[in-house]
Parts: sequence; C-alpha cells; structure tokens
Amino acid sequence: MSAPALEVQDLVREYVLRVRRGRFRRQRRVVRAVDGLSLRVERGESVGFIGANGAGKSTTVKLLTGILVPTSGTVRTCGLDPAPNRRDLARRIGVVFGQRSQLWWDLPLAESFRLLAAIHGLPGARWRARRDELADRLDMDAFLGTPVRQLSLGQRMRGEVAAALLHSPELLLLDEPTIGLDVLSSERLRRFLRSEREAHGTTLLLTTHDMGDVQRLCDRVLVVDSGRLAYDGDLPGLARRVGARRVLVVDLREPVPPLHVPGADLVAVEAEGLRQRLAFDPTATTAAEVLAGVSRLAEVRDLSVEEPDVADVVRQLYASARR
Amino acid sequence: MPVTAYPALAAAGFRRYSAYRAATAAGALANTVFGAVKAAVLTGTVVAAGGSVAGYGVAQAATFAWLSQALLAPVSVFADDRLARRVRTGDVAVDLARPVDPQLAAWADDLGRAAFQLLPRGLPPLLVGALTTGLVLPPEPAGYLLGCASLVLGVSVSFALRWAVNLTAFWLIDVRGVLLLYTVCATVLTGLAVPVAWFPPWLAALAAATPFPSVLQAPADVFTGVVTGAAALRVVAVQTAWLVVVLAAGRLLLAAGSRRLVVQGG
Repeated sequence: MSAPALEVQDLVREYVLRVRRGRFRRQRRVVRAVDGLSLRVERGESVGFIGANGAGKSTTVKLLTGILVPTSGTVRTCGLDPAPNRRDLARRIGVVFGQRSQLWWDLPLAESFRLLAAIHGLPGARWRARRDELADRLDMDAFLGTPVRQLSLGQRMRGEVAAALLHSPELLLLDEPTIGLDVLSSERLRRFLRSEREAHGTTLLLTTHDMGDVQRLCDRVLVVDSGRLAYDGDLPGLARRVGARRVLVVDLREPVPPLHVPGADLVAVEAEGLRQRLAFDPTATTAAEVLAGVSRLAEVRDLSVEEPDVADVVRQLYASARR
Repeated sequence: MPVTAYPALAAAGFRRYSAYRAATAAGALANTVFGAVKAAVLTGTVVAAGGSVAGYGVAQAATFAWLSQALLAPVSVFADDRLARRVRTGDVAVDLARPVDPQLAAWADDLGRAAFQLLPRGLPPLLVGALTTGLVLPPEPAGYLLGCASLVLGVSVSFALRWAVNLTAFWLIDVRGVLLLYTVCATVLTGLAVPVAWFPPWLAALAAATPFPSVLQAPADVFTGVVTGAAALRVVAVQTAWLVVVLAAGRLLLAAGSRRLVVQGG
C-alpha cells in the first residue's frame, strides 16, 4: 500500500462541442477542459483544488473517479487506473458532488445508509456502528427518519458527506461540498472533516470556491487555470506569490482624518472617517501591529480582519501567469 | 460484488413507489376505466366475427382486455425517462460512482417498482372484470406458475428495452422524440391495443421480429390459457431469448456511451 493516493501524468480531457452555423451546418469545436495536468497527492494529505469556473476542477474529479475517460495521459487513484476499474475503485473512495445527491430522494435518510451498506457489502455490525458514529458527529439523529426530499440543504449535505464516508474510504473527493451552505453549516462541516481526518487518516481532495474551506481544511493548495496547474504549494505561499493582503477594518469612536499607519495602506475611508480599511502584507507585519498603529491615532470601537478572497487570489495568479 | 446489494435495491424501488399513494390510485382508476372500454370493444368484435377471433372467444377477449390493463403498469408498456433525465442533468455521474453494475442496479430497482405496482394497479381492473364480464383463469396451478415466470420476464424485457432507449441520451441529450416513438410502437406491438394474434399477417410478422410481444402479450397469453403446455413453454423461451439480446444490446450501448460521456452541468 505504498502507492500515492493520486498520481496524474500529462492528463488531457477534451470535449467536442457542436456549434450551429446556419440552418443545417454544425461546426465541430474541440475544447480542452483538462490540458496536460500532472500532480501527485500522498496518502493522508489534505488538498484544496481551486480555480475559476470552467478551469477544469470538476472534470478532473470525474477523471480521478473513473466516471470520465481521459483523452490522453495517465491517472492512478489509490494505485488503480480509474476508468477500467471504476467499480473496484468506488469501494475504496468516497465522492461528494455538492450539486448532486447520492441519497434516495423519496426515502428516509436512514434508508440511504442501509442501502449504501448493502451496495458496499458492509457487515451489519460494522456499518451500524459507523452510521451511529457519523450520525453523532454530524448531529443527524433528529432527521434520520425524514425523507431526503424534505431535508434542508445543510441537513442534506451532512447526509451526503456521511453517505460518502459510510464505507470508510481511504480517499474522499469533495466537489464543492459547501456550495450554498450558510457560514454556520459550512463551519460545522469543516470541523467534522478535520476530525474525520484526524481519526482515520483519510486523504482529502476538495474543489471549492470558498477560501474558508481551504484555510480550515487544507495543508496544500492546487490552483488550476485553463486545465493546467498554475500553483502547487501551501496557502501562505499562494498569498505571498500574488502578494495577497489581509485587510484590517476598524470602526472608530469618532470620525478622524484618513489614517496612515506604517506597514499598512489605507484602502478606503467610509462613513466620513468612522470606518477605515487598511490593507497589509501578512508576511511583513501582523494585524496586532497595524491595530497598535491605529490605536495611537484614534480610539477603536470595533474591528474585523478580512482574509484575501480566493477568487481574488486566483484572479491575481491568473493575471500574473498571463503577463 | 455483494449479492445482497440487488435485493436491497429492489426493496428500495418498491418503497420508493409506495411513497406516492394518490398517484397509484389515480393510475388504477384510469386502468380500470380503459379496461371497461377495451373489454366492450374486444368482445363486440368477437361477437361480430361469429364468436371467435384467432383463438379468442368472448370470455378470453374480455379477460385479455382486463388483464392487459392490469399488467400495463407493472410491465410498464410506456416509456419512462428516469435514466435519460439523469444523463441530461449529469446525475448519472452519481450512478457511475457506485460499486454496482449500473444495468443490474436499475433492473433491481425496476423489479421493485413492478412488484409494488402489481397489486394496487392490477387488482382493481381484475376485480371489476371478474364482477362484470367474468375472467378465464388458468385451470391448474402450473398455469399460474408459468404465468408468474412469464410476467417477471415481461417486466425484465420491458426494463431492458426502456433502459437501452434511455441510453440514447448519451448521444441526443433530449430524448423526448425517441421516447414518444418508443411508446407509440410499444402501444401497438406489445398487444396493448389489440391482441397481436389479431394483427394482419404483415404486422404480426413485424411484431414477432421485435421484443415487444414478450412484454405484455406473452404473460397475458400464458395467464389466460390462450397458450398452454409446450406452446406456453415456447413463449417463455422466446421471452428469455429476447431478454438476453436486449440486455446485451443495452450493455454495448452503455460501453459506447461511457467512452463519450460528458457529464452535463459540471
């Protein structure tokens, strides 16, 4: 069992689009969703896979699970070639598609777990213990008997994640797991995923638009741009690479003239000086130092720190790549 | 592959359909009303023809009318778009991410559906038929046994056909036209409208060259005793052969389709 969780070499997947040109003529256009992607993820890693819409994230996840067949290049997931071994692989990995459901829509949530246990051939004692563990840690006991179609999105997503983990897979692939969830629900889900990783050493790969997911869950970030890898490293490194800055927002007791603090740039003055925004480079200074600088000039009533937005970071990375 | 998976999936199919009671009751009412119309037309035809048409007497024609209405829902003569919809929305990705054979899983689910629909959709037309025109039933237990086997085969052939037709969604995305064409062909060629034996020779030959009579005409004939003994066994053998052919065709289509699969909607 020394094979890495994921090993991808020069992966290419093309789609053929047929574009109408006139009444009867159709033009064939080939789009490369994944364009020479290579990556390697070791067992036990937790990797965030980020990129703009259409960058090739979801296509890559489907290639990794064997649902899509590569146009060229090689993929090894848990040491297996996914497409020809799709069913064997399905026993060893868990997948959550944030926008799709793997639960039985018309049946109570508990039934989906029973069915998945049968599908995976899990012995009765084992899957019941696992279900109880998941129900407890994801706080699902109250709605296990509710038909899936009547669950809220937050409840359903917890059910989806539990469904993907029932057979204790070595690798969990999450495609936009927090899409549409409110702050509290996504935070709860992230906390659960962290504890799941700690308890079972599950390898995690998630695609997301939410920097919070990456910050709270991932040791490593892969950024894809036009089907190619644009960055591979940790999150602070990504912020450093694009010079992403955090922003300290201070609400002041009284309106004051624009604040100028060493190590930070004033980016906005709002409410006639009652609220001011100061951007700073987290590798050069800290929020505390900037706050100390502000406190010397004005009385602070309230404050918050805004993290660099993943979309901004990616945009800046793309821009620097194309320059 | 755990063998327990498929019975569990069949049970889930049964329970899924049992969640919609009002729809089931409405369907049963429609089946029964049409059964009355069909029984009147078919028996009228037999009487006008002098008491027998292609081996059907008045009682057999009436029984065929009621029985075909009773079996219409369980064998699902009309096309459904369950799989095509999953291809069109991309939800088929979820099906393919499971460690089960997609065709066998869908077959198990469909057998569960048929098992649920058998009594609530089948009993009302048969009861009304028994009370109004009377029904001809197999004289010995062997007839029922063979009838049940033929019915399971009918449901299975129907499933294999509908599943394969749905797979054209891999190429067409919008399959409404194909499904409509299928339903039109199935309505005629399964014998739902008129028994296949009553067809003019050219249409009977055409029907015999398709798996459609195996869906409904075959179990109806075995249950009503229109075919018995060796002839009934031959009918069941033909059904089995068609089942193998259509299932194999579906697997070929799936293999071809997965290679060019594009998961819709990201």
